[in-house]
Amino acid sequence: MTPQALPLWLDIAVSVLVLAGAAIAFLGSLGLLRLKTYFERVHAPAIIATLGCWCIMHATLVYFSVMGDGLALHALLIALFVAVTVPVTNIFLMRAALFRARRTGENVPPNLSRTADDHVRDF
Amino acid sequence: MTSPILSWALPIALFLLVAAMVLCLARLLRGPAAQDRVLALDCMYLNGMLLMLALGIYYGSANYFEAAMLIALLGFASSTAMAKFLLRGEVIE
Repeated sequence: MTPQALPLWLDIAVSVLVLAGAAIAFLGSLGLLRLKTYFERVHAPAIIATLGCWCIMHATLVYFSVMGDGLALHALLIALFVAVTVPVTNIFLMRAALFRARRTGENVPPNLSRTADDHVRDF
Repeated sequence: MTSPILSWALPIALFLLVAAMVLCLARLLRGPAAQDRVLALDCMYLNGMLLMLALGIYYGSANYFEAAMLIALLGFASSTAMAKFLLRGEVIE
């Protein structure tokens, strides 16, 4: 692969997008480390999955579209996949945390779903 | 790499992403409850995936895309399985 100079606008755009994405990932992880309770902490990584992921995805998309041949949309696949799967994982984790908090008798909102109650009673 | 700004920005971004993974690792080791550890592992998967994408730009190679896609897939599967385990005590009922 022959080294070729990037156009200046591409240089600036990719740099800004990658730096913004990495800074957002750092801030989200910092929030995960320093927030006090679990129900505060669960919100912190959401910014990585949305803004951070989309910033770095756009940097990849723009870079490979200009440097390679033709439009390179494969990075979009990752961002769409993350956008679909991260809410599923987070809802599961929140439900698990609420379930465990109720088990230990902490002061959390009561269960509103009847079927879940019946299911728990069956066990 | 012949780009003046990107050759400065990319190492900084890679350093920030690795630092983010270290912060997640600290939460993973410290986390008081099991759900904290699962959340930290999920966050580490996301950071690792972003690190792979940034490395792809750094080396100018599209091969890193497959690694990032695999990390995203395995991260989703493992985090969901562990959350399911925390919820019910077994993964497949």
